[in-house]
Amino acid sequence: MPVIPLHYILFLSTALFFIGMYGLFTRRNMITMLMSVELILNSVNINFVAFNKYLYPENLEGLFFSLFIIAIAAAEAAVAIAIIINLYRNIRSVDVEAADDMKF
Amino acid sequence: MPNTAYILLILLLPLFGFVLLGLFGRRYIRGFSGVIGAALLFVSTLCALYVAYNYFSGNAGMPALRRTYTLFGATWLSFGRDLSIDMGILIDPISAMMIVVVTVISLMVHVFSLGYMKGEERYSTYYAFLGLFTFSMLGLVLSSNIFETYIFWELVGVSSFLLIGFYYDRPTAVAAAKKAFIVTRFADLGFLIGILILSFQAQTLDFGWLINNLSSFEHSPFNEPPVFLGLPLVDWGLILVFIGGAGKSALFPLHIWLPDAMEGPTPVSALIHAATMVVAGVYLVARLYPLYTLTRDVQQVVLYVGAISALLAAIIACTQTDIKRVLAYSTMSQIGYMMFALGTYRLFPPSLVDPKIGFIGSMFHLFTHAFFKALLFLCAGVIIHLVHSNEMKDMGGLRKRLPLAHICFLIACLAISGIPPFSGFFSKEDILSAAWRADKFIYAIALFTSGLTAFYMFRLYFSVFWNKPATGHPHAQPLVESIPLVILAIGAAFAGLIPFSHLLIVGGHVHSTIGRNAVPPVLIALLGIGIAAWLYYKQSDRPQKAAAAFRGLYTAAYHKFYIDELYLFVTKKIIFNCIGRPAAWIDRNIVDGLMNGLAVATARISATIKGIQSGKVQDYAWFFFVGIAGLAILFIYIVR
Repeated sequence: MPVIPLHYILFLSTALFFIGMYGLFTRRNMITMLMSVELILNSVNINFVAFNKYLYPENLEGLFFSLFIIAIAAAEAAVAIAIIINLYRNIRSVDVEAADDMKF
Repeated sequence: MPNTAYILLILLLPLFGFVLLGLFGRRYIRGFSGVIGAALLFVSTLCALYVAYNYFSGNAGMPALRRTYTLFGATWLSFGRDLSIDMGILIDPISAMMIVVVTVISLMVHVFSLGYMKGEERYSTYYAFLGLFTFSMLGLVLSSNIFETYIFWELVGVSSFLLIGFYYDRPTAVAAAKKAFIVTRFADLGFLIGILILSFQAQTLDFGWLINNLSSFEHSPFNEPPVFLGLPLVDWGLILVFIGGAGKSALFPLHIWLPDAMEGPTPVSALIHAATMVVAGVYLVARLYPLYTLTRDVQQVVLYVGAISALLAAIIACTQTDIKRVLAYSTMSQIGYMMFALGTYRLFPPSLVDPKIGFIGSMFHLFTHAFFKALLFLCAGVIIHLVHSNEMKDMGGLRKRLPLAHICFLIACLAISGIPPFSGFFSKEDILSAAWRADKFIYAIALFTSGLTAFYMFRLYFSVFWNKPATGHPHAQPLVESIPLVILAIGAAFAGLIPFSHLLIVGGHVHSTIGRNAVPPVLIALLGIGIAAWLYYKQSDRPQKAAAAFRGLYTAAYHKFYIDELYLFVTKKIIFNCIGRPAAWIDRNIVDGLMNGLAVATARISATIKGIQSGKVQDYAWFFFVGIAGLAILFIYIVR
């Protein structure tokens, strides 16, 4: 089985990161923004796993770190969705443009 | 000396009178205010006489016991372990003398005012202010430390201000009160700095310790005293304190307020601006006399300022036409006399045993002057009430209408001119012999001033009581106005017989100096009287001729040597234009400008950058991202 070279995987994770970034900056819907943040986190996870596998196969730190990030991402998603629900209850919208009460 | 209770009573009764009349006088006890004030002061005077009698006679057999007592010392304001301001009462020969002078003259003025101020709208306020003044003056006299003196010093200043401006509906009185306050305040600045220097050097505020520490400091050969501009710092302190004294005592060149202060009621002029408050400067120098005699420089400042004031004021007095102004300049001249007598100590040849004669003369003259000058002012009050004018030309030939005032005025004039056996002769004699032994030049000035004094006093006397044919019948004078005149006249006539030098000097052995030296002053005084009689006894054109003969001097003296104009020039033109205006410009443009500029800059910058706070989450995310990217570039490629 041919081994996939490391930089392919890094290309993938970089692409994923910037796709997430692009989504975060351009989408006005908060749910979509949350999904973009998940993409960014997962690009990092891929990096961790890839580096662990290719550079230090005898260690497991990278894998554990990815697990941590997945757990934290789950928690973060819960909190973020709670915020979004509250926001929706207040202003009847999940559009970030609509949430401008703190503007000068 | 167990008289503490009496002494406190002397001090507190006038204060009580002030509080009582000030709070309730106008509303409830208006008609009695004068009687209440006078009665309180009468008790106070009795206590003062008793205390002084006890003090001077109690140890008659052992004059060495006539020492300084500090009674009732209490810490008033404590700043720390080493520094505190105390309140205390000091009794020594001069303060015992002063309480008598202050209470007696004040009582006379209180009684006189019962008639003089009757029917005034602010009758009770007047008596309240008199009480405040009497309290402050007594406090000043009895203070046991220099800071306490300073407090009372300011209090007499403020009561003087209140009484000069008593007729506050007259613009001239308001201006005079303001002028007096500003000039004396300006001088008091010197006093305060002087206190700070002296107390810093001596590490104490108490008079006794101050004198003790500074004297030993000066004499000690080990530590070089700190020097500023060629004079030791202690001397600077003394000179600054002297400036404060000169301001209060109306000495040249800070005398300009005194003639204007005559805008106040005449009894007030008698009390404050003739007999008591204006001698506070002399008293202060006398209080610190051991320090003022330490060095020659300080002595010379005192000597020359005193002598110049005496001469200058006497010359001006010869030309003034307002009766109260003549008396004011005469006061200034006499205070100059007292002051220069305090400056003669160091100039005595070392062979002389007892150079304290100047001190004795000065205090003696202070004592006698209080009587005859208060008497002159009260007589002037009677005259002014009769003719309703202060100008001498409106008077004349009053001897028939005011027989009592005539006699009293004559006695006072003889006393101030130094004709024996009236009181002024003895005190002036001491001063003149001190001057004779100290410095012949000063003696000449003093002698000339003495002649001038006789001349202008009798010029006043003749123009008021003679000059015109006497007409009319005696003017009915209320008893309350006559009694003080009689008492003061007795004082003015006989106060000189008190053996003053024995009272003042502890164990001292000062010979009375009446002798050959006494002849020239008397002769020159008689000459002055003669000239005055020749010029003013009958109405003639001689005064005009005499004035024309001394045209330049006469005009200059008539305009008070243009000193007021000089002050106005300095304050209005020089200080206002060269200091006031640039200061105002700096304040407006630089100080305010800096603050305004800061505010404007802040507003501009915030207006420019407030767009950043868009409230859009994604904008913030952009900033965040750009920041992170920037930091990443910085640390990866640039810093390494």
